[in-house]
Amino acid sequence: MYDAPTNNAEINVDQNEIKISARNVQVYYGDSHAIKDVNVDIAPRTVTAFIGPSGCGKSTFLRCLNRMNDTIDVCRVEGSIQLDGEDIYDKRVDPVQLRARVGMVFQKPNPFPKSIYDNVAYGPRIHGMARNKAELDEIVETALRRGAIWNEVKDRLHAPGTGLSGGQQQRLCIARAIATQPEVLLMDEPCSALDPIATAQVEELIDDLRTNYSVVIVTHSMQQAARVSQKTAFFHLGNLVEFDDTSRIFTQPQDPRTESYITGRIG
Amino acid sequence: MSDISFPKGAHAQKSLLVLDARTRKRNAAEARFRRMGLVAVTIGILALVGLLSSIIANGASSFRQTFVNLEVYLDPAKLDKTGERDPAKMAKVTTFGYAPLLGRALAQAVEAQGISTEGVSKKDIEALISKEAPATLRNMVLANPELVGQTISLQVLAQGRVDGYFKGRVTMESAALDRNISPAQLEMADALRAAGIITLGYNWGFFTAPDASDTRPEAAGLGVAILGSAYMMMIVLCLSLPIGVAASIYLEEFAPQNRWTDLIEVNISNLAAVPSIVFGILGLAIFINFVGLPQSAPIVGGLVLTLMTLPTIIIATRAALKAVPPSIRDAALGVGASKMQSVFHHVLPLAMPGILTGTIIGLAQALGETAPLLLIGMVAFVREYPGSPPEGFLDPASALPVQVYNWTTRGDPAFVERASGAIIVLLCFLVIMNIAAIVLRRRFERRW
Amino acid sequence: MQDSTQHIVSAFDRELEAIQARIMKMGGLVENAILEGARSLDENDTELAEQVRDGDKAIDALELLINEDVTRLIALRSPTAVDLRIVLSVMKISGNLERIGDYAKNMAKRTGVLANMAPIEGAHAALRRMAREVQFMLKDALDAYIARDAQLAHDVITRDHDVDQMYNALFREFLTFMMEDPRNITACMHLHFIAKNTERMGDHVTAIAEQVVYLVEGELPDDSRPKADGLSSALDKKEA
Repeated sequence: MYDAPTNNAEINVDQNEIKISARNVQVYYGDSHAIKDVNVDIAPRTVTAFIGPSGCGKSTFLRCLNRMNDTIDVCRVEGSIQLDGEDIYDKRVDPVQLRARVGMVFQKPNPFPKSIYDNVAYGPRIHGMARNKAELDEIVETALRRGAIWNEVKDRLHAPGTGLSGGQQQRLCIARAIATQPEVLLMDEPCSALDPIATAQVEELIDDLRTNYSVVIVTHSMQQAARVSQKTAFFHLGNLVEFDDTSRIFTQPQDPRTESYITGRIG
Repeated sequence: MSDISFPKGAHAQKSLLVLDARTRKRNAAEARFRRMGLVAVTIGILALVGLLSSIIANGASSFRQTFVNLEVYLDPAKLDKTGERDPAKMAKVTTFGYAPLLGRALAQAVEAQGISTEGVSKKDIEALISKEAPATLRNMVLANPELVGQTISLQVLAQGRVDGYFKGRVTMESAALDRNISPAQLEMADALRAAGIITLGYNWGFFTAPDASDTRPEAAGLGVAILGSAYMMMIVLCLSLPIGVAASIYLEEFAPQNRWTDLIEVNISNLAAVPSIVFGILGLAIFINFVGLPQSAPIVGGLVLTLMTLPTIIIATRAALKAVPPSIRDAALGVGASKMQSVFHHVLPLAMPGILTGTIIGLAQALGETAPLLLIGMVAFVREYPGSPPEGFLDPASALPVQVYNWTTRGDPAFVERASGAIIVLLCFLVIMNIAAIVLRRRFERRW
Repeated sequence: MQDSTQHIVSAFDRELEAIQARIMKMGGLVENAILEGARSLDENDTELAEQVRDGDKAIDALELLINEDVTRLIALRSPTAVDLRIVLSVMKISGNLERIGDYAKNMAKRTGVLANMAPIEGAHAALRRMAREVQFMLKDALDAYIARDAQLAHDVITRDHDVDQMYNALFREFLTFMMEDPRNITACMHLHFIAKNTERMGDHVTAIAEQVVYLVEGELPDDSRPKADGLSSALDKKEA
């Protein structure tokens, strides 16, 4: 029943292209300095993983990338984060428009309590992406296909989204995020609430998504980062300790802190 | 780590099948608590049952009424001297002109049935008919002038004491001491009832008739009060729901978290606990004295009740909004909705069941409020129906709980019966509203 | 490859197939090296011997690549159960293949030396037959690996007995030759080393077959590897 995405050959990524570039990013929660001096480049059509122990700031930094931290009053962001060369914290930028280009998937699947169709169609509707119903139908179908869930729901598009299983709900949320045709997908521990089979299905989907999107995924599971990403960033106590190709981080990390974390040693 | 052991205490291991003293004491205490709870619930239920049965016992009889069935000849010589059947001219004939027609009809009926009239005078027999009846007949003729000259079948109310006699309030002994009725008249009434001229029927007039004076308790009805209450509930719903929900949304979603907001929240919670009579004084001072709205009008009552219901709705709405999980808001923001879109498209529909429940409960409370309405002058005796809205909002009217209060202050025991009947009607409305609240909540909650 | 179902994450399947393909390629190169090495000895072809010696570089390079792949696979995929056995067996098989390749290279080296000496009659043909036998065993072992055929693997393990017998026979023959004519000693010593190395090749092929059994059944076969190389029995006799 699960429709596997099509096999993709090796994707050519020009290593000099940068989708999101962060320079000297600091994040303050009130007086506490949560994120210190982070410099990182997110490449297009690549999966970048953020790993690190609890409370190291990886989720906080992820939420800076689409300005979700704006909803928290005490949070202050300094430094520059640029999407395709434009500073997203510029005063002229409307976060609503930014979030249509940088989509987000959350830890616990959170479909709207509406029908599956309405869930996916909501984003395109409010951004005015379809001129008539036929176009909207097409956008919804494309998003559900790309989210690897079309075959399972095509006969019940008007059933409530909350009636699906956990893994299906998360893929629906991914399809919903894709529907606004973003360029970057941010995923905050998308599999932590799912069982191993559903996790594997979502990971396979992520592998397929990178043909079209940059994906940044925060994960507690190092094994997941190893399986799914091409580049990995290790955060520790608010600092970005190491950022490198995934295979190198997991076989020959440069920084001893990275090695300690990955091998499960303390200190 | 496992080489650390607990200090050696008096904890000797015993058999599971033997209860130790602690367990037995605890079980006994819990059993006592359960029994006390049961007793408390039983007392509550008994009190409720006692209250309801006393009300129903007193008020059930108000739904039935004694009627006199007459064949009335509408003498054109008395009613329409000009012969033009012109209501304007016929209006010159007052109820004094109609009363004899009824008396004659009754006398004729008595004669026809062969009932003996010894011991009662003609006036006494006429007095068996309610003093309200001529007015009813007059209104009917003025509305349909073509009836003049015909003999019509008419059902009119019997006098209050006759009604009381048939309901058991008035006995032969009390009639002997009563100024308004004599035992002989009551015997006559018995005979008339046996003959079928007097019947006990369902009293629709209780719901539709306006209030009546002290001498005519049989004609008193809830019509004006129900209409007045309905108007006020309309005003309360139309004003308090939008204002309350909007204020709540602003406080919950948009207001910055500073001291001003905290102050406002504290004040709103306190407002819900303010005695309702204070709102009455407020209404008197502002709406009647300062703004100059008419006394005893539904608009003033509605405004005062709105002020009283607002805190309830705001608190219920805030609770409903808080109950919506933040993941829904995050999801909406993540897809690129603005704060306002996420609130109106997602949060509000999900909070609707809670908001509706709170509104209906607030309305039910407002329906039963008496003190503020008394202060704005709704205690007045109102005989005419208020007009249709919106002008009707400014006409004098009454309200259900106020009518109950009014009737209980009057002397005639017939009014006591009617007051109990009004309480039953009020309770029915409240039960209906609460059931509506439960049903609505169930329906909306299923989808979410 | 007859694995029961595919992984949900298809990239894992692709990576496993890739390293198994590399092993098969390495196996093919080594089979070739054995055959060509033996042929060069039998036909006294020094040019072919040179080629065989050069070809060993490719075999060594493949072993390095396979090691890197296995490291990455273990680090990134954390394989378990059959996947883990596949990866571990690939690592051991590549080690064994690399040693076999080295012996083949050694055979070619000695061929070059022997070319300048008088030939020992019948020895080269016998050695070629022995090498042929080992190459058949290797081919079957690799076939058993692809087909996950434990029965075939067990069969290969028992055939090592024959190779050991052939070595014993050659050992006695060379002793005789050396006792007959001391001028033969140098040549016979080289030929003996070649025979010994070929017998060692057989042992490595047996190790490969044992890995196939481990992969399919989950346990290494018990230590009943046929030892007919004359040494154990000689030792036993001494102790008795």
